[in-house]
Amino acid sequence: MAYSDKLLDHYNNPRNVGTLDKSKKTVGTGLVGAPECGDVMRLQIEVDDETGIIQEAKFKTFGCGSAIASSSLATEWLKGKSLEEASKIDNMDIVEELELPPVKIHCSVLAEDAIKSAIKDYQEKNGLEK
Amino acid sequence: MSNKRHIYLDNNSTTPMDPRVLEAMLPYFTEKFGNSASRNHPFGWVAEEAVDYAREQIAKLIGADSREIIFTSGATEADNLGIKGVVDMYKRKGNHVITLETEHKAVLDTCRALEKEGTEVTYLKVQRNGLVDLAALEAAIKPTTVLVSIMFANNEIGVIQPMKEIGEICAKHKVLLMSDATQAVGKIPVNARELGIHLMAFTGHKMYGPKGVGALYVSRKSPRVKVTAQMDGGGHERGMRSGTLNVPGIVGFGAAAEIARLEMKEEAERLSKMRDRLETTLLQLEETEVNGSIESRMPHVTNISFKFVEGEGLMMKFNQEIAVSSGSACTSASLEPSYVLKALGLEDELAHSSLRLSLGRFTKEEDIDYAIEKITEGVNHMRHLSPLWEMHKDGIDLASVEWSDH
Repeated sequence: MAYSDKLLDHYNNPRNVGTLDKSKKTVGTGLVGAPECGDVMRLQIEVDDETGIIQEAKFKTFGCGSAIASSSLATEWLKGKSLEEASKIDNMDIVEELELPPVKIHCSVLAEDAIKSAIKDYQEKNGLEK
Repeated sequence: MSNKRHIYLDNNSTTPMDPRVLEAMLPYFTEKFGNSASRNHPFGWVAEEAVDYAREQIAKLIGADSREIIFTSGATEADNLGIKGVVDMYKRKGNHVITLETEHKAVLDTCRALEKEGTEVTYLKVQRNGLVDLAALEAAIKPTTVLVSIMFANNEIGVIQPMKEIGEICAKHKVLLMSDATQAVGKIPVNARELGIHLMAFTGHKMYGPKGVGALYVSRKSPRVKVTAQMDGGGHERGMRSGTLNVPGIVGFGAAAEIARLEMKEEAERLSKMRDRLETTLLQLEETEVNGSIESRMPHVTNISFKFVEGEGLMMKFNQEIAVSSGSACTSASLEPSYVLKALGLEDELAHSSLRLSLGRFTKEEDIDYAIEKITEGVNHMRHLSPLWEMHKDGIDLASVEWSDH
């Protein structure tokens, strides 16, 4: 199975690898997947509480190359977006950008779940739940 | 400008063909093209002679009589023929088969097909080291048992089953013993008769021969075993396997068997030294472990779990240059990791974290150096990215975390 150059680039040079202080009120953390399924993504966002814009995004992923690339791409896309805009990122956008093969679509679904879960965590912490 | 290396450490999947084998085969594609079943002219005689010679070479490798070798298209067909053929031939004696959970799919799926037709099958669990529990095997034998089918060496972890002891148990209870010896024949000494094996499947392409040709050993004396043919046709191979013989393939299989017999000892010593160096060096990485018995194991294989790293992701770091296999199956719809590793009692995440490295005749010392360098680099890269590694380093017990389903 041949992977796209974009996917390989994200896998070999992942963007925004790291950890934000999850105890901070401005940080939202999403931890999705399970080790026994072979995929765990942790995606974190740091939000400017005045503007509501995502200033920083970090990830760490246990999984295959497609899972790593999907989460790396997600962090790139999140930076500079409002929570509203971020919540509209669709897994199929990731599939298209990275040209994920059908058997790897679940990786993009997991990345979307991670984004939603990080946003939810931030909103809960800050009493912004809808 | 491609300075890329191409290192092949996946010899349990298939082996490259030895150039000496190819050379032996070539005339049988062109000038010596005859059908070995053509009894009335020299074209046929030449082909028949070549098949007879190859049959001798193969029989000699496993301590058999040449009349005990039935050529097939490969080990999968030989497994099917052996198991289905015995179950049908001996149906008046009983309808119970015993096998292992860690067998190759060619055996497991054959057994599942038989179950649908009313055969009773017992799938024995293996111990943590991958070996069969002999007491459990003996306890599973019933008056209706006609066949025990236990693989010689496992394809994923390389563990060698105690075939002699298994043979004794089967002899004591007068049950036929079949062995899928695909991974063992040509690599370690295998003598079917001495071990009490009555049927044995193996193939050319795992021992530096061609693909598409294999054999079923069928014992001719004490006891004389018969199998029901699974294909109708011209009654080739003593009526057990119809179909024009693959003469060039058989010639290659024979040549490969002879080379293996003559060079096996030296080759096994050389490969086990390299394998041990590869394994001990990789085990110096934190949180790594070998899967399966290291006492009873093939000389050229190691299966290692690199904890907190997903195997398929790890492979991607170097698979342009180094070919290996992983027990992870992220590509399968089920997301299920290797059933062999799970049968050892490995937690799913350890099964997902495994690599199988299998060396071969053409593996060089510098390949091992390069593989060590690249795999180490890959494991470090993946751990740097792994939230599980970070949690482990922070002292968090992963079993205590509530994971989300997906």
